[in-house]
Amino acid sequence: MADSSTTPIFELNRRTAVPALIGEHEDFLIVSGLAGTSKDMASLTGDAAHLYAMAGAMGAAAGMGLGLALAQPDRRVLAITGDGELLMNVGTLATIAVLDPANLSILCVDNGHYGETGYQKSHTSFGVDLERIAIGAGFKMSCTIERKNQLARGAAMLRQSNGACFVLLRVSPGEPPAVKRLLEPAAARVRFRTALLGRA
Amino acid sequence: MQASDKSTATGWQHDVYAVLRAHDVTQFSYVPDAGHIILIDLCIADPDVHAIALTTEEEGVALAAGANLGDARAVLLMQSSGVGNCINFLSLIKGGKFPFLTLVSMRGEFGEGNPWQIPMGQAVRPVLEAMGVICMEVSEPDDAVPAVEAAATMVYKAGSAVAVLLTQKLLGAKAF
Repeated sequence: MADSSTTPIFELNRRTAVPALIGEHEDFLIVSGLAGTSKDMASLTGDAAHLYAMAGAMGAAAGMGLGLALAQPDRRVLAITGDGELLMNVGTLATIAVLDPANLSILCVDNGHYGETGYQKSHTSFGVDLERIAIGAGFKMSCTIERKNQLARGAAMLRQSNGACFVLLRVSPGEPPAVKRLLEPAAARVRFRTALLGRA
Repeated sequence: MQASDKSTATGWQHDVYAVLRAHDVTQFSYVPDAGHIILIDLCIADPDVHAIALTTEEEGVALAAGANLGDARAVLLMQSSGVGNCINFLSLIKGGKFPFLTLVSMRGEFGEGNPWQIPMGQAVRPVLEAMGVICMEVSEPDDAVPAVEAAATMVYKAGSAVAVLLTQKLLGAKAF
C-alpha cells in the first residue's frame, strides 16, 4: 500500500527546543531515559551531577522520576524521555497520574522515531498521540509544544508546582548533540547522591 | 484455610510490615495480589508512606532506583509471575548497584493447581539470580519476620538486591 501520509513540517528541533523549555536546569533533579534525551541533557547540563542519564533499562525514566519525586518532595523533578522510551512502559503514566506528585514534570521529546537504532518510525509517526494518552491516564496538566510561540507555555508548565504535568515536545527527527558522558551506572548513582545528599 | 485460624496464620504479615517500617521504608509499590493483601492494605492505610499501585511490576524496579537517588527506601510487592516482567529493568539495579528489596508471593510451585502458573513460578529463582538478586525462601510463618529483617539489612545497609520468596507452603496453594 502506498504511503498516503504527508510528511509533517516540524518547526522545532531538539537541540534548541529542549534547552528553551528547560531553561535553568539547575532548578531540577533530572532523570533521562535512553538514548536521545540522555544526550540532550548531558549536553545541556555539561553531564552534571544532578542528572541521572540512562543508556539502558528502556522505559524506566518516568518510573524512576516518580520514585525520586516522592523521595524529594521539596525539589522539582524532571523525567525526560523520548517517544520510544515512554511507549516501552506507557502504563507508568497511569501510575504517576494516580499519585499526582506536585513536584514531578514529564517531558517527552517526540521525534517520531527510534533514533538510536536507525530512525525506524515509532508509533507516534502513525498517529499515536502521547499527550492524549497522558490525559486519558489522568494527568490534569498537559500540553503539546510544536511551535516556537508555544515554548514559553511549555516552560512554565514544567515549573508549576500543583501537580504532575506532561509536556509533549514534537521535534524534527534530527540527531541529539554528540557529547561524552558518564556511562557507568553505579558511578552515576554515587555522583548524583553525593551532590544531592552530601554522601553516597 | 479455615476462617478460624486465619488471623494467626497471617499475623506474620503485620509483623513484616512493622519490620519494613522500622527500616524506614516509605515507598510500597505493588501489583495487587492475594498473597500480599494484608501488606497492601496496611500500606494504603498508613498516612506516613506512599502506597503505589503499579500497572506492571517493572515500574516498581525503576521506582526503587529513583527512591534511592532521593534517599528514600522502597519495597516492591509482587507475585512470582511479575518477576518475569522485571528482568531487563533489573539491569538498572545490578549495573547501578542500587539497593533493591522485593517480597514475592509464590505461585507455580508447592501444590499449584493452575498449569499457567508453573512456568514462571519455577523460573523465579534462576531468573532473579541471573540478574544478581539474592533469593531467600520462607516456608514457615515463624521464619517470615527474621527473613525480612535479614533481607532489609542486606538491602539498606549493605546495598544488596534481595528477593524474599514467600512460598506456597507458607501462603497456601490457591484451590483450583
